[in-house]
Amino acid sequence: MSAKQPTTIPGARAAEPKARRIGVYVCHCGGNISDYVDVQAVADAVRHEPGVVVAKTMMFACSDAGQGEMEADIAANDLDGLVVASCSPKLHVVTFRGVAKRSGMNPYEYNQANIREQCSWTHTDDRAGATSKAIGLVRGVIGRTRLTEALEPLVVETTQKALIVGGGITGLRSAIGMADIGLGVFLVEREAELGGWVGRFGPIFPHERDGRELIAGLVVEIKKRPSIKVFTRAEVVTKTGTFGNYQVGIRVAADPPQTITAEVGSIVVATGFDSYQPAENEFGTGLDAVLTLPEFKDLVDHADGPLRHNGRPVRSLAYIYCVGSRQPDGNEYCSRFCCTATAHLSIRVAALDPRLRQYHLYRDIRTYGNFELLYTEARKSGAVYVKYPDDAPPVVSVEAGGGLAVAVRDLLSGDEELEIPVDLVVLVTGMVPRKNEEMVGLLKLPIGRDGFFNEIHPKLRPVETMVDGVLIAGACQGPKCSAESVASGLAAVTQSASVLKKGVAELDPLVATVDPDRCTWCGKCETACPYGAIEKLSLNGREVATISEAGCKGCGGCVPICPENAIDLRGYTDAQITAMIDGLLEEAIA
Amino acid sequence: MTASAAAPVSERTGTSAPRILVFSTNNISDPGIDLAGSAHLHYSPGVRVISLPCTSGIRPSWIIHAVKQGFEGVFIASDGDECAYLPDCAKRASRIVAEAQGLLKAEGLAPQRLKMAAICSVCAENFAKHMIAFSEALTALRTTDAAGANR
Repeated sequence: MSAKQPTTIPGARAAEPKARRIGVYVCHCGGNISDYVDVQAVADAVRHEPGVVVAKTMMFACSDAGQGEMEADIAANDLDGLVVASCSPKLHVVTFRGVAKRSGMNPYEYNQANIREQCSWTHTDDRAGATSKAIGLVRGVIGRTRLTEALEPLVVETTQKALIVGGGITGLRSAIGMADIGLGVFLVEREAELGGWVGRFGPIFPHERDGRELIAGLVVEIKKRPSIKVFTRAEVVTKTGTFGNYQVGIRVAADPPQTITAEVGSIVVATGFDSYQPAENEFGTGLDAVLTLPEFKDLVDHADGPLRHNGRPVRSLAYIYCVGSRQPDGNEYCSRFCCTATAHLSIRVAALDPRLRQYHLYRDIRTYGNFELLYTEARKSGAVYVKYPDDAPPVVSVEAGGGLAVAVRDLLSGDEELEIPVDLVVLVTGMVPRKNEEMVGLLKLPIGRDGFFNEIHPKLRPVETMVDGVLIAGACQGPKCSAESVASGLAAVTQSASVLKKGVAELDPLVATVDPDRCTWCGKCETACPYGAIEKLSLNGREVATISEAGCKGCGGCVPICPENAIDLRGYTDAQITAMIDGLLEEAIA
Repeated sequence: MTASAAAPVSERTGTSAPRILVFSTNNISDPGIDLAGSAHLHYSPGVRVISLPCTSGIRPSWIIHAVKQGFEGVFIASDGDECAYLPDCAKRASRIVAEAQGLLKAEGLAPQRLKMAAICSVCAENFAKHMIAFSEALTALRTTDAAGANR
């Protein structure tokens, strides 16, 4: 963390715990909360709590109308504390702090009660229990809010450079975006060549652009921009520092190996995906004429006439969809891109050889949005689509003559059993998360249930992670086509620029403080702090501890160490936590 | 115990659920608890969560206060080895638990009322299972209490 300067906040004032004027807003969240919690009962229960001046319900507290109503209430009632009972604070703490700030209230006088993820959604079977719990949760947060104090954010200078991990289409396009917006870039690619998956592809949907040419064009653009430093055969091996000022170690596989230290303000992870690899014998995997989707794409990309495989002409082929996807005992998710990619390939195959018979054996076709046009075009080109039951996937077998046959039930023709002789079987395989445990541990990347990296919120904060300044983009977040991956990469550019271009970033001032009257300087806190933020200070002839706001990370690890209870963590003071505990138990409707 | 309000009676089970205070952490275990909600995994509505930056910042006195005030159990959803702040967070948390259990004993309260487990940011099912098991253990402890062994 570099030099900081206090910022003056509108409405900043000393805490006045005995004369608070708090507004409480209980959100329906459409029906996400109110379907399982009696939100009116919650608002009524807390209406007469000490310090509460306004208590009401709202359909969507985060909507413009909801925020406007709060702002009007703050002004009309001279509120000095704000409580919103809604979703997880991870989603909207910034939103509602903004409401407070715009209304002249100190943003740190706002607190949020999570009555959705930690109440309504987990007690859908117990409305009375959920309502009672919600009342306790809101009372707890009101108790905490009575004791809030106006705080000023810590302001840190930021490094106007970004690290991009991954040199596929997302990383390359993000690097260009970063450079064009005025940020320096360190681009780290594990392989010897840039380009990732797209760099190996021929034409791709939706614009028929050749993947290899697309990547070559991006690499040319990157070379034009001296602010982008590219490291291939390289990986990130260390990370220290905090948001706005990270120091990362990049190890380059040279002879001898080199490790370079880069100073960056943000980190964008764009490490892409792996393709699902079917198990031996899964739909005939292992047989010569059974290919995965990437293998078949490579075959088509290199064909300049009717398809041939291993020297033999391909006169008929069957695509088996959802291999490795939407499986109750495997990858439960839909990979989204594969239906469209297969329709696109089918059109190209028909163009190469209109006589080739193509059978698409599918569970559901999910060519979303405009990609539906490709599905229609594939059917018009003569491809036959056969819908098979979820619980009866096709069976691939080898015929007596050595050819392949696929047995399938056709739901759209009266559940008729079909046996289709084919020269080639294409397993429509989806995306799976790429294994990279070292980087996950290093960057503390959150992993979702599907194994891909987790953003904070897919709509509201789609490229941010729980770690400030560490962003994710592209197919490392989940299955995406190239256009969607690039879009998320550019979102990461915008997110980085919005902070780094200002040159300073505001951090929560929720750091530890010492009560010098209580402190008797035993030195235990100094020993406990690995950041060296605590020092001995001579004050009025006494030795006491002092904590550097710039050095403190706000973990609170020194709090229970102090034998005199002289240390508190702002926002989580002893008095506030105790008040919360008491409030959480006050769940009865008044 | 000096419960300030009667424990809620579950609409589903018709019994009063033990009230459990959970200390989670903002960046690691609280997202895991949120994920349990997003997945609509069920556990007792007696569970209440206070999220802190780091497990190592929990004062043992908060645990004692919670139990004395009416929580039948306290569960620390710790960062384990995932803590972004302190590399020795798990060791520090163990010391906090040991100290708090000592204080519980000194107050004549069963040390089993405090439990700790590492909950990661995607440990939704793990958390729900812990809550169900801890709730059952605390319910069983009521029988022991009734026999006069512990509160």
